[in-house]
Amino acid sequence: MCSESCGCSSDIVGIIEKYDSDKRNLIPLLHELQDELGYISPEVMETIAEKLGTTVGQVHGVATFYTLFYTKPRGKNIVRMCNSTACHIEGGRKIREAVSAALGIAPGETTQDGGFTLEVVSCMGLCGVAPAIMVNDDVYGNLTPEMVPNILGKYREAS
Amino acid sequence: MDNIKVTVDNITVEVPKGSTVLDAARAAGIYVPTLCHMDGHKSLGACRVCLAEVEGGRGLVASCAFPATDGMKVRTNTKRVHDARKTVVELMLSAHRQECLTCVRSLNCELQALAKMMGIQENRFQGAMPPELVDTSSPSVVRDSSKCILCRRCVTVCRDVQSVGQLFPVDRGFGTVIAPAAKKNLADVACVACGQCITACPVGALKEKSHKERVWAALNDPEKYVVVQTAPAVRAAIGEEFGMPAGSLVTKKMVAGLRRLGFDKVFDTDFTADLTILEEGNELLQRLKTGGVLPMITSCSPGWINFIEHFYPELLPHLSSCKSPQQMFGALAKTYYADKIGVKPENMFCVSIMPCTAKKLEAGRDEMCSVEDIPDVDAVLTTREAAQMMREMGVDFQRLPDETFDEPLGISTGAAVIFGATGGVMEAALRTVYEVVTGDDLKDVNFTAVRGLEGIKEATVKMVCVEGKGELDVKVAVASGLSNARKLMDLIMEGKADYHFIEIMCCPGGCIGGGGQPIPTTDEIRQKRIEAIYQEDEGLPVRKSHENPAVMALYKEFLGEPLGHQSHKLLHTKYTPRSMWPTDVPLDEEAKVK
Repeated sequence: MCSESCGCSSDIVGIIEKYDSDKRNLIPLLHELQDELGYISPEVMETIAEKLGTTVGQVHGVATFYTLFYTKPRGKNIVRMCNSTACHIEGGRKIREAVSAALGIAPGETTQDGGFTLEVVSCMGLCGVAPAIMVNDDVYGNLTPEMVPNILGKYREAS
Repeated sequence: MDNIKVTVDNITVEVPKGSTVLDAARAAGIYVPTLCHMDGHKSLGACRVCLAEVEGGRGLVASCAFPATDGMKVRTNTKRVHDARKTVVELMLSAHRQECLTCVRSLNCELQALAKMMGIQENRFQGAMPPELVDTSSPSVVRDSSKCILCRRCVTVCRDVQSVGQLFPVDRGFGTVIAPAAKKNLADVACVACGQCITACPVGALKEKSHKERVWAALNDPEKYVVVQTAPAVRAAIGEEFGMPAGSLVTKKMVAGLRRLGFDKVFDTDFTADLTILEEGNELLQRLKTGGVLPMITSCSPGWINFIEHFYPELLPHLSSCKSPQQMFGALAKTYYADKIGVKPENMFCVSIMPCTAKKLEAGRDEMCSVEDIPDVDAVLTTREAAQMMREMGVDFQRLPDETFDEPLGISTGAAVIFGATGGVMEAALRTVYEVVTGDDLKDVNFTAVRGLEGIKEATVKMVCVEGKGELDVKVAVASGLSNARKLMDLIMEGKADYHFIEIMCCPGGCIGGGGQPIPTTDEIRQKRIEAIYQEDEGLPVRKSHENPAVMALYKEFLGEPLGHQSHKLLHTKYTPRSMWPTDVPLDEEAKVK
């Protein structure tokens, strides 16, 4: 359990202890907890701070500094859209608009049904197939706006 | 220790191994501007104002953080360095809400001083501004992120000096703000209101919550009888606000200045400091005799009270039940004194001048009302605010004549004035307790073992009891700065503290280094203010609290005896265990961003 008031079954304390309850291991610890829980909730931050002998402010500061940590629940599928030069030149903005329109959310938001979270990221190393997006670990390149609804539809069905 | 040779701008100096480039430059007598750096703390290299050139190095280095090595050649005065530093300051200005004319820190702002020094006369970069988050929730401290330059000095002080750790950077890049976790308000977290973050801030991003307006209103209200009390530490520092050197003792000019503001009576918190010693000393003796909770811990410092209530609530029974001198004064002003001069308590307006921001919170506590719902202390001004009111009134401080406090609540002793320095309450208590226990005259009143800036001090005082002839070794400890207080509390928790009596002051050096004192406050300045405090003590005819004639008269006329019925009603208080999240606002509910 992550805390006495929480009903979840995750062994949060066990994970923290695996890292010797040492605050120098805060970052790998946050990664593993996020893999387990999907995001780092305020309650989890309190447990971490208590076990590591530090303050919630410190844990929160680290968790909000790194963009790969999430402090709010994420959707089942993560859509990453590139905002760097190559995709931009190849019409990346139109792709981003098409994705936003298809999901009905802005970058940084999660759909109400919890299906998708939309993120704008820097270069994903896919310049050769720009403009590109990633859905979870899958790459989609050489995109046109018309292709977007079909791609997203596959994940909608799957989830 | 090994030394290394470093050449800075063609001057070769020897500095200890482990020194930074900044240390070497200073050793060579070369000025390097800094903003985020604080002496005595590890540098973060956050602000980049101290950039310098190292021969053979790739780029410019932050001299406050870059380690110096043997044979290193550094240049601080090239065009490249000057241009880079200037650009750094220009970029800071571009993300700083420039309200310089109306800012509380105008003319005492490190960013303003740097801009002036570097000859920056236009805003070269204009664009987006950082998030504007103004937090007025605390009764003591106001935060304004739009003036924050993200130097993190407040973070260092809050975490390392005070071990409170509420202020941290939240988010990243341009969106970074320094705030409690999840951008909560200060009132919703375990902030102790000490104001050390304010004195650490180089700009106007942190300031006290001002009570100036309510004091002006009272002074201009013919119905109100306005009395003022001044804490011991203020007289050793307020001169700095008027350009006098640190350590100037200006008690009598301060009294004159306050009279010019129009107060009906100028009294002294020192009077109730003496009273505190009689109540607290007798409480200690009672605990020793009856097997009460030991060690007993002092309760004068409201930042410390907040700390123990939030962080060590299980240790509250160790606290003396005495109110602080400020609150004892307020309680007496609205009862004893109001009655004596025939003023209704509701028309008596009690102002205190304090070196402290936590005193503002203390004055607003629900339990600090002796007459129905009227607060005992109506307004608390920091040393800085009091000086500002004198400036507004056109007071020429340095040329003021010497004047003395009004009677009877202005009469005090040397034992009271040393409350302003760390160890002072302990020393004052020992002067009285020694004479009560032994029945002897104390030949040397100076307990120097408890004096000085060291974080934790210990002493043992042998006393031969006048009754029963038994011997008693009174073991005492003194701590200032909450990270030092924490060490003593952990000892008590582990059952390893065999002290009888502990003095704790929230701020390093005691009240002379309080969060309401003139800015800057450094260790050197703290030391000078401490010297001024002991200079005042040495010069006073009476140096023991139990010999204060006005306090004796108060007991005879009004209170009866120490720890008596009236004392319990007016001079003692209770404490409240508090959690780390005092207001139960959920952690994920962020403060409103303006």
